[in-house]
Parts: sequence; C-alpha cells; structure tokens
Amino acid sequence: MSTIPIFADENWRLPSRGRVAMLSLIIGETAIFTIFVVAYVYYIGASKYGPTPQILDVPWFNTVCLLSSSIAIVFAERAIERGRIRAFGACWALTMLLGIVFLAGTAIEWKRLIYTDGLSIRTNLFGTTFYSLVGLHATHVVVGLFMLSLVMIFTLLGRVEQRHTERIQVLSLYWHFVDAVWVVVFTVVYIVGK
Amino acid sequence: MADQTFPIPGTPDASLSRGAALLEQLHSWVVTVDHKKLGILYIVYAIVFLLVAGVEALAIRIQLAIPHNHFLSPELYNEFFTMHGTTMVFLVGMTFIFGFGNYLVPLMIGARDMAFPRLNAFSFWMTAFGGLLLYFSFVGGFGLYGMGAAPDVSWWAYAPLTAKAFSPGHNTDYWALSLIVTGFGTLGAAINTLATAFSMRCRGMTLLRMPLFVWLMVVTSGLTLIVITPLTAAQVMLIIDRYLGGHFFDTQAGGSATVWMHFFWIFGHPEVYVLILPAFGIASEVIPVFSRKAIFGYPAMVAASVGIAFVSLSVWAHHMFTIGMTSVGNAFFALSTMMVGIPTGIKIFNWVATMWGGKIRFATPMLFCTAFVFQFLLAGLTGIMLAVAPWNWQLHNSYFVIAHFHYTLTGSFVFCIFAGIYYWYPKITGRMLSEKLGKWHFWLFFLGFHITFDTMHFLGIIGMPRSIYTYEPDRGWNTLNMIVSAGGFLQGIAVLIFAWNLFDSYFNGSIAGNDPWDAWTLEWSTPSPPPDYNFAEDPVVRSRRPLWDLKHPNDPDWKYEP
Repeated sequence: MSTIPIFADENWRLPSRGRVAMLSLIIGETAIFTIFVVAYVYYIGASKYGPTPQILDVPWFNTVCLLSSSIAIVFAERAIERGRIRAFGACWALTMLLGIVFLAGTAIEWKRLIYTDGLSIRTNLFGTTFYSLVGLHATHVVVGLFMLSLVMIFTLLGRVEQRHTERIQVLSLYWHFVDAVWVVVFTVVYIVGK
Repeated sequence: MADQTFPIPGTPDASLSRGAALLEQLHSWVVTVDHKKLGILYIVYAIVFLLVAGVEALAIRIQLAIPHNHFLSPELYNEFFTMHGTTMVFLVGMTFIFGFGNYLVPLMIGARDMAFPRLNAFSFWMTAFGGLLLYFSFVGGFGLYGMGAAPDVSWWAYAPLTAKAFSPGHNTDYWALSLIVTGFGTLGAAINTLATAFSMRCRGMTLLRMPLFVWLMVVTSGLTLIVITPLTAAQVMLIIDRYLGGHFFDTQAGGSATVWMHFFWIFGHPEVYVLILPAFGIASEVIPVFSRKAIFGYPAMVAASVGIAFVSLSVWAHHMFTIGMTSVGNAFFALSTMMVGIPTGIKIFNWVATMWGGKIRFATPMLFCTAFVFQFLLAGLTGIMLAVAPWNWQLHNSYFVIAHFHYTLTGSFVFCIFAGIYYWYPKITGRMLSEKLGKWHFWLFFLGFHITFDTMHFLGIIGMPRSIYTYEPDRGWNTLNMIVSAGGFLQGIAVLIFAWNLFDSYFNGSIAGNDPWDAWTLEWSTPSPPPDYNFAEDPVVRSRRPLWDLKHPNDPDWKYEP
C-alpha cells in the first residue's frame, strides 16, 4: 500500500546550496541583461544624430579570448576534481589572463571610440545604450576577475585543496555565465545592430 | 552532560551591570546572523514603516476630506503620496514577506538556519539602510535649486518627469538609489530563501511535503529574482540619464518615455504577486488549523501558485491601455490578465473547501483570513473589470483603480499579515496576543477598511482622478470623500490598538507553550520562543502534517498520502 519507508531514507540527498544560490543569481542577472538588451535593440537606429554603429569594429580577437577562457576554466575544474593543484593553478591563471586580455581589448576599443570617433555616453542614444550594455558586461567581467584572483591568491598560498572542488565549480558557473552573456551582447551589438 | 561546563554563546553574562547588559543585548541584535532574530528585525522594521506610511496616508485623507483644503501644501502632498506608495511596497510589503520567510522557512522545513546566514544579515541591513536613505531625503534632498525634499514623482516615476530638467535637485536620485539598495537586499533574501528551501530540508521533507507557506515563499522568491532585477536595471538607466547625461528616456534625443513605463510595469505588476503569494501562504497555514481539516487540494494549490507566477509575467501592459497600443496588444493583455483569475479562483475554492464541514474556531487569525478570502474575491473581480480595455480607458487613473489595488494590498495582503502575526506571535515571543484586543482590532479595521475602500469605488466611477491635490466643491464628491477619510481614521485607531497589543502582550500576555493552536507544522514542535539551534534533534518527516502524525500515532497522515 504505502511505499514510504518507516525509517528515515538513508539515501536522503539534497542539491548543493552553493549551486542553487549561484543558479538563482544567474537567473536574476539574466533578467538585468534582458532589460539592457531590449533597450539596445529597441533603440537601434533611433539616434537623431551620429555617430552611428557603423564606426564599430567587430572585436573577433576579444571574443575568441573570452570564449576560450571558458574552456580553460573547464580544464581547471577537472584538474581540481582529480586533486592536481598545480595543473589547476596553471589553467586558472590562463583563464584570468584571457579575461584580462578581453578587458584590455575593450579599453582600447573605448579609447578609440571616445577620442577618435567622438562617441561618449552622452553624445547620442547609440552612445548611451552601447556603453551601458557593453559596460554592464565589462563590469561583470571585472567582478568575475576579482573573484578569480581571490582563488588565485589562495592557490599561490597553497590553501586550495581538492575538497574545495565544489566551491570552485560554483564560481566557474558565474564565469561561464559572463561568457555566455557575451555571446548575446556580441550578436546584438556587433552583428545585428551594426 | 559535558557541554554544561562551557558558557553557552549568546547568553548575557550574569555578572554584567544593567547598562552593560543592555548594551550587550543591543550588540547581539546588530551582529546577529540568526534567522529568527533577523526575521524579527525585518518584521519590526516593517511595522515601524507601516505606522509611518499610515500617517502619510491619513495626512493625504485629511487633505482630501473637504474641497479646497490646505492642510498640506501641494508640494508636500506630492511627496506624501509618493512616499506612501514607495514605503508601503518596498519597506513594508517586501520586508514583511521576507521577515516571515526568514523566521518560518527554516523552522517549517526542520533546518537550523538559512542556507547563508551572513548573506541573510547582509540582505537585511541593505534593506534597512535603503529605507533610511529614502527617508533621509526629507532632510537631505535639497538640491541645486533648493527645490523639494522627499521624492515627489509618484511611486512609478514616469519619464520624462524624472528628467533632470523637470525634477531638479536630488530627491528623485534618493528614490532611485534607495530602491537599488533595497533591491540588492531583496535579491539576496530571495536567493537565500531558494537555497534554504531546496538544500536544507530535513530528512523526509520532500518538495511535495513542504508546508504551503514554504512553497509560496519559493515561488515568490523565484518571481522576485526575475522582477526586482528589471527595476534595478531601469533605475540604473535613470541614474545614467540623470548623472551621466544619457538619453534612455530623453524624448528629444530619440529616447522613449513609454520604454520606462514598460520596464517599470514589467517589475510593477508581478511585484503585487510577489507580495500577495506569501499572504496566500499564510492563509493556507491558518485556515486548515482553525478549520481542523487538512488543506483541500494541496497539489492544486502548489500548481496554482506556480501558474500565477507564470501568468503574472505577461500582464504588465494592462497598466498602460491608455497609451494607445494596437488592438492586438490590447487584446493580448486583456486576455492574459483575465487568465490570472483561473489559478486564483482555484485557490479561493480550495480555501472555501477547506473550511467546508470543518470545526471552525473563529480566533483572531481565522477572522482575518476569512475576511481575506471574501475581500480577495472582490479585489479579483474589480481586477477583471479593469482588464477590459474599454472599461479601463474610462476608469484609468481614477479612484476606482485606487480602490481595486487597495482591496488587494490592504484587504488581502495586510489582512493576511495581521493573521500571520496573531498566529505566530506566540511562537516568536512565547506569549499569546490578547484575544479581546485582537477582536477589537479586527472589527474596527474591517469596518474602517470597507468604509474607506468600498466608497472609493463609487468616487472613481463618478470621475474623481487619483493623485489630485484638491477638487471643486460642486463635483458631487464631498460627502463620499468625507466618508473615505473617516474610514481611514477608523483603520488608524485599529492599527494603534494592534501596536499596543503587540507591546502589552509581550510583557503581560498569557504563556503560550509549544503549540497553542494545536497545529501540525514543524515550527510548533520546538519551544516558544525556539532555542538558537531550533531543533534539539534533526526532525524526520513522513507526511505533510508531521505533528499530526506524532499526536495521532494510530491514524497518521502518511498512511493516506500518495
């Protein structure tokens, strides 16, 4: 009749709270990005005066760097799962390096846009939406890099061990999210909007 | 026992002087990461702001009681209705639900604390300081031109009124910044609630055995994740416009004021469901206990809650029928809004079916819940009326709309919150609230509520618009406005009785014991107030009513539940 065991189920398993929380955060962040992306798409071509999105160069190199950092962090996750801390540290450093290259690329792009093309956040509607959306993503990269660097410091101090695998994986989820959002931002800003 | 030789952390040292002990006590509340203390802080904070926003509402009603009144200046009037709305939604509503959630979710699922206690404390203090920031604007909001103090752009803050040219000074910035700050607090609380409910359940507490209150906190937190964040995004855009010279909502540079409306109501409409769903949760706990029956149709209740959350995401533009959408847009939002009536109808039927044939005890919590069921039904019916686009064109921004949403927020949300406080106060403090004062509170508040908000419907139908400073004596609104204001004061007196009851019963109430209501969920199995660790042993659960199983070993629920 009843399939419920009289004594407590010995196989009582619950999802990891870190993962649940990070996934919740990602859902919330997705909503923020959705609003900014909708604003960008809605205002494509709405500026009353220039410069127009035609001045943008497609940042292929940046994009390749950021997306490959996701691959690097997957290798880092696998390394720590098997307890290979040195390999983990190397992959983690590579991830950070690729993230920093991405940020530097964005900085160079913005410098050119501001000083050569005269596009700032207050120039026109395109400037407002462009810097807000790309800047929102860049802010997330900065936050991500800050978190990654904390782990890097602990790794160099020899405090990161195999038992921290789950925490590392939860943090990696965030980094994967930042990369995935870039695919959307890239498509909207540099492919559709141009 | 070995542990008796150690001092128990959190117990004040007996050797301290009276002053030092008080300081120690205060310090423990500031640094606490205990979900129960934080829950109490949330609720006390909400009650304080309930009184503040109530005073604002009464000032508005004095101003409107007679035509050509000058009780408030026009500027202060604008500030008061803005602050009343903002306070009630963000500082009263949101803090009440997360206060109850914080206190009850871990206890109900048999956990010792929330999943992330420090994030919990962080979330509370973000919310608390966001509220203080908002109210600091009354003294600190003098801007460039010395104009105005508190925000005065109403709680939806439509563009382009919020542009720097039309709202100089810093009061609008106080509004935007404080809502961003409380928004982060709310986001943290929602993440924490989800992680707690999914990852901290005691043995045997499967998802479909969770108490309905926990379920509704889960649904509400999930909804919070996707609706508070668009508000934060829109506020960031507003601040970019105001401080960095952006053009998001600048119509002269190609921006659109309508986009703000969409972004605001994408947040604003689901927000009322964020508030009302935990209120449903409270009703779903109180009604079965006081009807002496298990809740009718538990799976349908869960499914209806999730359904409401989903449907609520596609109804926002029913606040905007008058902007002139296409007829397809009008039809879509009219129909999607009416669809909300289906899952909420399921809920109302289930509550009534729970009461049907039960041995109902009309203690104060049950009185509030019974009134809630009927008032919520009426609120839903006027909601469906307003969803009809042509009807809405006629009554948009009239007192009919005000009456409708106060029926949902006061008549439903606040009634359930009062029910929840009367129901769980014995658990939180260890003492019962006075039933006599409780009955006075209920009947006065109930009468005042109906005098005020029933009358408002008629004012709206005969054409009184909302947010007006005063009106001409020959419009035929005089008597009705006087009645509305009189009802407001009746509610004010009732809330004062309630506040006195909370204070007085803390010292003089009768001792509650573990389980004064003969209830069935886990929080009633621990002492009142619960010890720091909640449960001496981790509970094990076999059905939706674990305490019923304990009390009736010959007839436990788990024999019948699927």
